[in-house]
Amino acid sequence: MGKVMLEVKNLKTKYITRFGEDVYSVDGVSLKIEEGKSLGVAGESGCGKSTLALSMMGYYFPPLHYISGDIIIDGQNISGMDPDKVRTTVLGSEIAYIPQAAMNALNPTMKIIRFLEDVIHAHEPKATKAEIRERAEERFADLGLGKEVLDRHAVELSGGMKQRTVIAVSTILSPKVLIADEPSSALDVTSQKMVIKMMKEMMEKGYIRSMMFITHELPLLYNVTDDIAVMYAGQFVEYGTAKEMVFDPLHPYSHGLMGSILVPEEGTRGMNLTAIPGTPPNLKRPPAGCRFAERCKYATPECFYTAPAEKMFGENSTRMYRCLMSEEALRAKYAEEGGASK
Amino acid sequence: MSEMKERKDYTKGPLCLSGRGVTRIFGSGAKANTAVDHVDFDFHEGEFVSIVGESGSGKTTLSKMLLGLLNVSEGEILFQGKPRDISTRAKRNEYWKGIQAIFQDPFASYNIFHKIDAVLLDCINMRGGKNLPYEKKVEMMTEACSFVNLKFAELTNKYPFELSGGQMQRLMIARIFLLKPKILLADEPTSMVDACSRATILDMLLNLRDETGMTIIFITHDIGLAYYISDTVYIMEHGKFVEYGKADEVILNPKAPYTKRLISDVPKIHEEWDLSTVDLSDDQY
Ligand SMILES: Nc1ncnc2c1ncn2[C@@H]1O[C@H](COP(=O)(O)OP(=O)(O)OP(=O)(O)O)[C@@H](O)[C@H]1O
Ligand SMILES: Nc1ncnc2c1ncn2[C@@H]1O[C@H](COP(=O)(O)OP(=O)(O)O)[C@@H](O)[C@H]1O
Ligand code: SF4
Ligand SMILES: [Mg+2]
Ligand SMILES: [Mg+2]
Repeated sequence: MGKVMLEVKNLKTKYITRFGEDVYSVDGVSLKIEEGKSLGVAGESGCGKSTLALSMMGYYFPPLHYISGDIIIDGQNISGMDPDKVRTTVLGSEIAYIPQAAMNALNPTMKIIRFLEDVIHAHEPKATKAEIRERAEERFADLGLGKEVLDRHAVELSGGMKQRTVIAVSTILSPKVLIADEPSSALDVTSQKMVIKMMKEMMEKGYIRSMMFITHELPLLYNVTDDIAVMYAGQFVEYGTAKEMVFDPLHPYSHGLMGSILVPEEGTRGMNLTAIPGTPPNLKRPPAGCRFAERCKYATPECFYTAPAEKMFGENSTRMYRCLMSEEALRAKYAEEGGASK
Repeated sequence: MSEMKERKDYTKGPLCLSGRGVTRIFGSGAKANTAVDHVDFDFHEGEFVSIVGESGSGKTTLSKMLLGLLNVSEGEILFQGKPRDISTRAKRNEYWKGIQAIFQDPFASYNIFHKIDAVLLDCINMRGGKNLPYEKKVEMMTEACSFVNLKFAELTNKYPFELSGGQMQRLMIARIFLLKPKILLADEPTSMVDACSRATILDMLLNLRDETGMTIIFITHDIGLAYYISDTVYIMEHGKFVEYGKADEVILNPKAPYTKRLISDVPKIHEEWDLSTVDLSDDQY
């Protein structure tokens, strides 16, 4: 087992809205990412993926509030740290974060080298412009971006180039963890592929030492990350290796998700997709029982009042799922249905 | 894997919308940009057509011309085999009666001062249901919402800006189940919706098509989605159709280099996604 770069234990956080209501967007999430590994987080819009990213970085600025749990980066526990201190000592150097739609947020009239100066100066106020340029040129050249990009403005770059630049700038300090929130969803397929290739190279070259990748596109996660976690209404309902999750999902929600993947491959046309009717629960008033109960076709009365805990399973107990049913019972259901529709 | 669904062949029905040399040029002189470049097509009644292409390829521009929101610079659009005439306000209104659109940006399509129930009530009223008892209307709205995985009861009294992107897109599609248009033009209508809900919505749209014979023109850059749902696929590159045909033929046996690249660059599950084909120093992408 490799060195653990990032560990999160039973993290709970909430938003306090402008009406004073609490929204429990991250409610008991635990995860671990080892050196050189990547974790993908999948889940539908609003399930709390972006909030988890912010929470894991200790980025507690209103309306986001910390409730409980631990965040340990390479052995250092940052939970409870003053968010201003997080901003100067953790962000960029320990964890780099690429927010959703980051590339559109680049100031279009600023030269790329200025962004690099900002990032480096936040941690090394004494670094000279010449030193910064030297480091930046080396890194950009190594990532295939070309050092000419440093003197261009964001508006002059294509969408894919802009996103690759954002990633290269955010990771210039070679952080221990990179959290990328939908980094390629707004891009065309070819640009997306380049973004992914660059991220993989960054990992191989040690420019980042572990990664969390957030997206609702499952085929992409399958090809990019080592492990996948499926998030539903503020909690992880299952995790395992990418292969296990795609070919052998256990939780009824992940089972549904994997049954609705659309790829341009023979056999998918005319396939019966797994459709799950209904919508996720309101995170202002999370249900007392299983959060998926309202949409789950296997729900029993007990599911509505008993909240399932995380259960480990699989070879060496490395997989987790959160459901009251036993592994055997769930597998039996799937086998029965698979048999019926054949 | 589950059984294959039988699908009726809709590609031989009567003509619905056709185009001959349809072109749109923005700007003029040295700055002229040909967004849509002499495209020909025949969409039949009940046919589910996908137009696939990358960003900037001209998909949205073509859909605006089909809707009659943008003039063609050259060429001709035919409706039911005859030149489409929308030269007067009355003729345009007549044309618009049977056609509905779902636009790319769901937030741009709503009147922000209208509550959600008003958006749906308008649809019922437009289809001649103005005098129905209120309970009946609620029942219809509830049903339409259920087709797109929305709970009507949770939407009442909300304004559009209080919904998430995915919820807005579902609401746009819910309207279609009340309006039942003859033609539906949908520009990336499910881009913000997750896979499980998307499956429900797509199946409901196919059912509605079978029930009413609605022609659906689906604009997307998601080639997996296009393959699953459509009868016919048109591939657009720089304003031109580089390839078109039955979904199976185009996707499983692509001829144009552009189509081949699109398909090979999509991450897949059963085939390897080959990253060695991309060159990181290429600044076009
Ligand atoms: N600033 C905020 N104030 C109050 N509630 C918020 C705020 N931001 C997000 N939320 C709520 O927290 C929940 C989780 O939101 P989050 O943005 O983390 O979802 P997500 O999984 O990243 O979704 P998407 O896939 O759409 O990006 C949602 O219910 C959302 O409405
Ligand atoms: N209103 C407009 N004025 C000028 N150029 C436009 C306008 N709308 C689109 N274009 C240009 O037309 C081309 C095709 O755009 P669009 O139809 O939006 O593509 P897509 O929907 O396939 O992304 C692009 O080069 C775009 O910049
Ligand atoms: S606990 Fe019950 S409702 Fe929840 S996923 Fe398991 S079977 Fe379904
Ligand atoms: Mg998000
Ligand atoms: Mg468009």
